[in-house]
Amino acid sequence: MQIDLSRFRDTFFQESAEHLAEMENGLLRLEREPGDAELLNAIFRAAHSIKGASGTFGFEDVAHFTHGLESLLDRLRGGEIQVTHGLVDLLLRSEDMLRDLLARAAAGTAAPEEMAALVTELHQASGATGKSTPAPAANNPVEPAESKGTAYRVSFRPSTDLFQQGMDPLLILRDVAALGESTTTIDMAQLPPLTGLDPEQCYLAWTIRLVTSKTVEEIRDVFAFVEDNAEIRIEPEVLDLRPTAVAVIETKAAAAPAGTASLRVSTSKVDKLIDLVGELVIAQSMAKAIVEGFTPSRLNQLREAMAETERYTRELQERVMSVRMLPIGQVFSRFPRLVRDVAAQLGKQVRVEMAGEETELDKGVVERMSDPLTHLVRNAIDHGIESPEERRRLGKPEEGLLRLEAYHQGGNVVVAVSDDGRGLDAQRIRQKAVERGLIAESAVLTEEQAHNLIFEPGFSTAETVSDVSGRGVGMDVVKRNVQALNGSVAVRTETGGGTTVSIRLPLTLAILDGLLLKVGAETYILPLVAIVESIRPLPEHVRGVAGKGEVVAVRGEALPLMRLHRLFAIPTAVTDPCRGLTVIMESGGQRAALLVDELLGQQQVVVKSLEAHYRKVQGVLGATILGDGRPALILDAAGLAQAAHGTVNEEAA
Amino acid sequence: MQQTQPAGTPAGLNAYASDVDQYLTFSLGQEEYGIEILKVQEIKGYSAITPIPNTPPHVKGVMNLRGTVVPVVDLRSKFAMETVEYSKFTVIIVVTIGTKIAGLVVDAVSDVLNIPASDIRPAPDFGSRTDTRFITGMANSGDKLAVLLDVDRLLGDEELSAVASEG
Repeated sequence: MQIDLSRFRDTFFQESAEHLAEMENGLLRLEREPGDAELLNAIFRAAHSIKGASGTFGFEDVAHFTHGLESLLDRLRGGEIQVTHGLVDLLLRSEDMLRDLLARAAAGTAAPEEMAALVTELHQASGATGKSTPAPAANNPVEPAESKGTAYRVSFRPSTDLFQQGMDPLLILRDVAALGESTTTIDMAQLPPLTGLDPEQCYLAWTIRLVTSKTVEEIRDVFAFVEDNAEIRIEPEVLDLRPTAVAVIETKAAAAPAGTASLRVSTSKVDKLIDLVGELVIAQSMAKAIVEGFTPSRLNQLREAMAETERYTRELQERVMSVRMLPIGQVFSRFPRLVRDVAAQLGKQVRVEMAGEETELDKGVVERMSDPLTHLVRNAIDHGIESPEERRRLGKPEEGLLRLEAYHQGGNVVVAVSDDGRGLDAQRIRQKAVERGLIAESAVLTEEQAHNLIFEPGFSTAETVSDVSGRGVGMDVVKRNVQALNGSVAVRTETGGGTTVSIRLPLTLAILDGLLLKVGAETYILPLVAIVESIRPLPEHVRGVAGKGEVVAVRGEALPLMRLHRLFAIPTAVTDPCRGLTVIMESGGQRAALLVDELLGQQQVVVKSLEAHYRKVQGVLGATILGDGRPALILDAAGLAQAAHGTVNEEAA
Repeated sequence: MQQTQPAGTPAGLNAYASDVDQYLTFSLGQEEYGIEILKVQEIKGYSAITPIPNTPPHVKGVMNLRGTVVPVVDLRSKFAMETVEYSKFTVIIVVTIGTKIAGLVVDAVSDVLNIPASDIRPAPDFGSRTDTRFITGMANSGDKLAVLLDVDRLLGDEELSAVASEG
């Protein structure tokens, strides 16, 4: 009887990834605090969990490799070997190998050749002669070395009055079967002929051949309730696992393509949701009761009930959103390792400090933040932090500091990467920008404007193009990625004192703060982040530029004027910019003025995709459903601003 | 108003015989059209439609289908027929095309027909000037002739999957 383990596979891989992260974290800390026994224990436990579970799932390469790793960790734990830099390096490499092995196990491919070499290295490091000492049995009952399971012969002979005790042998047999792979044979020798059979007596006995990773005690636990009424023998059997292995490989192949994204949500969040839904149902039924026997005198009651329902609905919305929220720490956690590797590569010494790892962001945002943050971290180490010699000369500590932090600020989350390095050199940036033709030689720039040049495409101040950063694709990619998430980037720097790059992000992708505006009979929504101000220009400020459309002068700056009614071909009575309203928006460093009829107010809207059932429409970011049930389009400020600068000609038609 | 059309077929209709297909027929002006019933998700009354800029004229806009934003195509306009004002009798047939959903505005829904494959006649040759790729054939519907449409071809290619020129 084969129980279906495949549905637990995803959980296994997810948990293994968590254990790996824990290991990495531990190893990096261990390098700094080599004597911390608790840390070693945690690392050992993580490795042990992976080993145990991989055995159960038949991922023998993983189990085998982790076993070698575990032996080394055990000797470290026992104080037989000392933690050294080289050893941590080996352990980190082993962790990488383990990650690779797990990925291969998930994909159903074989282990890489390097694995054997690394196992030998691990063995050499642990000074073992090939045979390692098993972990102490006290807290970790360790399975026999192979760890893929042991065969037991379990014989279960209940007394005849088993049924009178209220016991059902079938349930017990099922429990045994659930422990691993089992073959059950029935012994009917005691069964009397039908004439002499008492249906209330149990005449049967069973012998089960069980292959499991469980211990004898755990198997015995299954029989705990019948122990007194049955004869139970559990004996290890000689091992022959080939059939199991084959069976598991089959499931492996079958389940391999299933790589669906899943979300782990804490139980407390789900419990709160359920509570809230309960409240909502009550509030709704109360409102219904009022409506059913409605008299005008009960109008106030109805209003209250509606307000109640609204409150719960809003809270429910927030909570459901929070289900998608993940702590940014998930992204941060990979940086200590990255920093260690990059710093070593560049011969620099860098310490990482993190704060606000628990700050939650939408899953989609968290996932898409990892690339921009990686760029920023690499940049900080490569360009920001100086070499130890230089730092010593400047009177700074040799070890540079890289700080990652996240915090809430007014409905947004700010993620900042700062270093205490040399800071941005406005002069050099300027010079570079002139060389690259990004600005005119005569351009007058404030310090801030100069600093912002680093976000221009094709800009890199690194003297030499290194492996780490400086390929000229960096900051502009960061900026674009962040803007795609409706966020913004800012840089603050102090010459010789360091640089901070802050990324401001909306809490979630699904909800957006928008300004409702009206053109003709239609309502549109413009994301609030893109709006600078709204004005009603004087007639003399609106000019037609020959063949170039219209511009509106705002405090001396000429902005291209886009008439939304013309752009979207909406009939409206308001065509005079001096009678409607002009919204100044900014996106991607480009400003444009958008003429609308009037502004209706500010509102949070839930973003719905147009592409889900239709296609991308230029100038439109998505749609939402307004309070009256009508869909309304959300304008794409970036797209519109670009269109304004690129195709002014067409709009002038 | 909203009624859901069962996607399956009632028992006893010999529904599983592979050569009989069920079609939902509807009218546009004087003409009858039919679409495979398995493509129909539901039939709903006319609801508010928000226009989308820069789209072909027969794409009337998007509507709110229980929280999902779904495009609506006016078949009269698509077939270059004279357009009429929408009234309370105007009906939207919600169809599924692969994973996408779209609404079709028609004058009225007529009937559900069982049409054996043998009764479907090929579409006449209209000459190369007329686009007939989405016509699968013709079949008798009462005393009229219904034009059977392939929803996937009708909407699939151009309306729903084409990406705007500047994506």
